Amino acid sequence: MASTIRVRATSSGETTEVQALIQHPMDSGYVKDAKGDLIPPHFIQQLTFEYDGKNVFLANWGPAVSKDPYVKFSFKGGKKGDDLKISWVDNKGAGDTTTAKIQ
Amino acid sequence: MRSAIQLASAALALAALTFGATPFAAAADTPDPVADAKAFQKFFTEKFPKLKLDDFVNGPYSMNEDMHRQWEEKEQFPPYDFSLDLGKEMFSKPFKNGKSYADCFANQGIGIRQNYPFFDEKEGKVVTLELALNRCREANGETPFSYVKDDMAALTAYMAFTSRGKPFDIKIPADPRALEAYQNGKRYFYTRRGQLNFSCASCHVQNPGERIRAEVLAPALGILNAMPIYRSEWGGMGTISRRFTTCNSQIRGVPLEPQSDEYRDLEYYLSYVSNGLPISGPGARP
Amino acid sequence: MSNKMLQSTRALAAALLIAGATSALAASSEADFKAAYAAAEAANKEAAALRNQWTTTATTLANAKKSADKGDFDAAVASSKEAEALAKASIHQATSEKEAWKALEIR
Repeated sequence: MASTIRVRATSSGETTEVQALIQHPMDSGYVKDAKGDLIPPHFIQQLTFEYDGKNVFLANWGPAVSKDPYVKFSFKGGKKGDDLKISWVDNKGAGDTTTAKIQ
Repeated sequence: MRSAIQLASAALALAALTFGATPFAAAADTPDPVADAKAFQKFFTEKFPKLKLDDFVNGPYSMNEDMHRQWEEKEQFPPYDFSLDLGKEMFSKPFKNGKSYADCFANQGIGIRQNYPFFDEKEGKVVTLELALNRCREANGETPFSYVKDDMAALTAYMAFTSRGKPFDIKIPADPRALEAYQNGKRYFYTRRGQLNFSCASCHVQNPGERIRAEVLAPALGILNAMPIYRSEWGGMGTISRRFTTCNSQIRGVPLEPQSDEYRDLEYYLSYVSNGLPISGPGARP
Repeated sequence: MSNKMLQSTRALAAALLIAGATSALAASSEADFKAAYAAAEAANKEAAALRNQWTTTATTLANAKKSADKGDFDAAVASSKEAEALAKASIHQATSEKEAWKALEIR
């Protein structure tokens, strides 16, 4: 199955800029469907970006984050060619992981 | 007592319609699409002199600097990416009978979006891309897609993508029925409807760049070039049909059936007056 | 005017007043509702033929039906009349727009 995570990481020498788009319904649990029933909550609870064994970005999310979340951040360091590992886990216990090379 | 007030307000609305409708000297009886398109483009370029003609295809993002900045950032990882990938997959997958969409379209269906809608002289009607896609499906034993849901949106997203940068090239053949369809579309565009008494022009000709509630309005010029669009409001991808029908209900007008003659003609008119502007779809909007 | 005539004139006037009033003074019957609803539906159908129905007409008609189902015919008649007014306004809009649209056209 195709990855739910699209990521691009670019190093400018001192800092690395990371952008990611994650495919996820991010249902808050407050929205009703066409029949009037509540769509159960289904959202990413934790998102991590790992570089060199350490988390450079950690997000604890709740129902307020919208569908298909887009994240952009920078961190100090990061070399071209190195690996950046991205993982997420949602409230149903499902998750996905991908590794991208810093450009 | 309350109902008496409501009756009065309905009567007031009726009166307002009567007094608001200023009779205008009848326009030339034979429509002149070439002149119309020229006047249309001139109206908008004069209203927004800082914009290049091509900028109009970005709708509200060309109307507001802050929004433009955010949009440029998002375009690096656009929200329509997933739908686009799905559309490509769908387009490439053969039907149960072995044929595929490529068999229904010129150039295998690649890079042709800018030619739609076109006037089908055999049928005597306007054919839009969405309509053509469903006809292709039906001709090959597949069930048609809903015009307002994700599947059709994904498919048209891919086809628009293959035409990115190509200018709209809508043709009006020398057929009185084609001219009539064009004129119908134009009339629909300017006709007020719904309890809120808005026409498409009320927002997109009289108030581009202004706000309606929290949204910044797009100019009518180039408004279809970015379709289909991923709307944050929808949390998903939407077709031209979806936008037409929801616009109708938002002004409290009961929407017509997707791909009704009126909507087909409307798309024909709007696309024609944007001839020369590049396809930018699929797009993202707030 | 004779006393009797005066009385009947007054009674007629009173009856007209009551008939015209939309307040709870006039107790509407199911037959009243059916008539008012049919009139509203007919107008809405005409609007449909003109391809110009309003969403609020439909919801008001639905409310009329709901009130009638609950037995509140006064409310049902009031809603039906409102729906008819809305439908008629939408017909007027469609008719006047046949020429009025030209005023908005970019030339």
